[in-house]
Amino acid sequence: MSTQSTIYLDYASTTPVDPRVASKMMEFLTPEGEFGNPASRSHRFGWKADEAVEEARSHVANLVNCDPREVVWTSGATEADNLAIKGVARFYKTKGNHIITSKIEHKAVLDPCRQLEREGFEVTYLDPDDKGVISPEAVKAAIKDSTVLVSIMHINNELGTVNDISKIGDVTRDKGIFFHVDAAQSTGKVAIDLEKMSVDLMSFSAHKTYGPKGVGALYVRRKPRVRLEALIHGGGHERGMRSGTLATHQIVGMGEAFRLASKEMEADHKKISKYHEKFLDKVKEIDHVYINGDLNNKVPNILNVSFNFVEGESLIMGLKDIAVSSGSACTSASLEPSYVLRALGRKDELAHSSIRFSFGRFTSDDDVNNTLDILGNVVHRLRELSPLWEMHLDGIDLDTVEWNAH
Amino acid sequence: MAYSKKVVEKFENTLNNPEAFKVGRFDPKDANVGTGMVGAPACGDVMKLQIKCEPKGNTHVIKDVKFKTYGCGSAIASSSELVEMLIGKTLEEAKAIKNVEIVEALELPPIKIHCSVLAEDSIRQAIEDYEAKQ
Repeated sequence: MSTQSTIYLDYASTTPVDPRVASKMMEFLTPEGEFGNPASRSHRFGWKADEAVEEARSHVANLVNCDPREVVWTSGATEADNLAIKGVARFYKTKGNHIITSKIEHKAVLDPCRQLEREGFEVTYLDPDDKGVISPEAVKAAIKDSTVLVSIMHINNELGTVNDISKIGDVTRDKGIFFHVDAAQSTGKVAIDLEKMSVDLMSFSAHKTYGPKGVGALYVRRKPRVRLEALIHGGGHERGMRSGTLATHQIVGMGEAFRLASKEMEADHKKISKYHEKFLDKVKEIDHVYINGDLNNKVPNILNVSFNFVEGESLIMGLKDIAVSSGSACTSASLEPSYVLRALGRKDELAHSSIRFSFGRFTSDDDVNNTLDILGNVVHRLRELSPLWEMHLDGIDLDTVEWNAH
Repeated sequence: MAYSKKVVEKFENTLNNPEAFKVGRFDPKDANVGTGMVGAPACGDVMKLQIKCEPKGNTHVIKDVKFKTYGCGSAIASSSELVEMLIGKTLEEAKAIKNVEIVEALELPPIKIHCSVLAEDSIRQAIEDYEAKQ
């Protein structure tokens, strides 16, 4: 897919809304459509909107195999993460004040944890292994008597590596500790069965799965029951967990997107795997390229590559007709190398050299072929410009150089 | 990324036409060549600047310059901008170049000012290296 001749390979950042989703959303906005307030109980405008919201809720529940009553609408995965983490920690604060998470979580998990630290909670940030995976053993080892919550992401947004949340859930359930999973990158990519897994809370986003921005959901398990303190008060919507008039069109969009995801996950996966394989084969032909993450344990829609001796930001600027990101979009304005790659123990210079390519439903053969052509060329040109490449060709070991750092 | 149009232009021109924009290297052992290298890979930028000079009256004049830069688009554009300023200048004039001149020429945003500082430091070092050889 491309617009204004720019190739879009940043699906892990956001996806376009599937046109089928957009047309469904349009039915819930105008005077001719079902624009009612789903909370209006006294007339058919309200009833119709409520019906649509509940249908959407069952589509979300269906994709992850849970009860629709366990789905709480939010403004997105960030709010869902906040609600889960702060909500559970604050509700159960008399039970314990220790939370376990990892160093490679999204900021939507890390920042609420930081906030809780300011409120007196204690947080353990687990290190991933060098492939970017948090092991169930590491979680188990960090548990204390005061632990009330574990929050570990399902699929890492920068690397695409997959954590075994099923096994981690067994550990936390065994200890009677709540387990929250940020699954923003998972829906439509891998199958999720909440009936089989001991996950207590799970965050979802619509806009990573061809739905609209501005809507997400939090799964809150009913048995065993999870309770949480609401963040937003004002009307007691969503069984008191999230007040505020429901955004019918957004919710319908998320429902439709998730319905399509369960229908088309396999086809999407097949197509994207093909692109991933082709991309990987070609990229490996370039010298001194490192794949970040675990090729044997990751989703094919994300491929994170470090091009040694080339700085990531300049590479992105050189790839001006291709939309990709270095690290996560939230951090690419800062000068810090990716904290996720640092947590894996990657050298800073390789962390500075990383690019995330992410493919999706609307990626075409041409997108992939053209990107590969341009990529090889730009890496070559930037290396011609790089004093590090020159030193490397001269046989100088860069680790032995005394740098004149600023 | 807050890049000015000037940074983008400078970066692209340098990338697409490296020779014309003085990308390359001189033999660092040449007595007429001074080399400066500043920055560190772990910080995300390294600049290498080389000047080729010849005596003129009681001073020396920069006849030619070569550079290579590892870094973000602004770092590459800053080096390229500096190189243009240097040719034909005496060493005294070159020493007087301040990073703000690069900041202004490229309209660098505050977050990228360190790129211009790095460029200023690279010319200092190159001149020191050259003077030590004389």
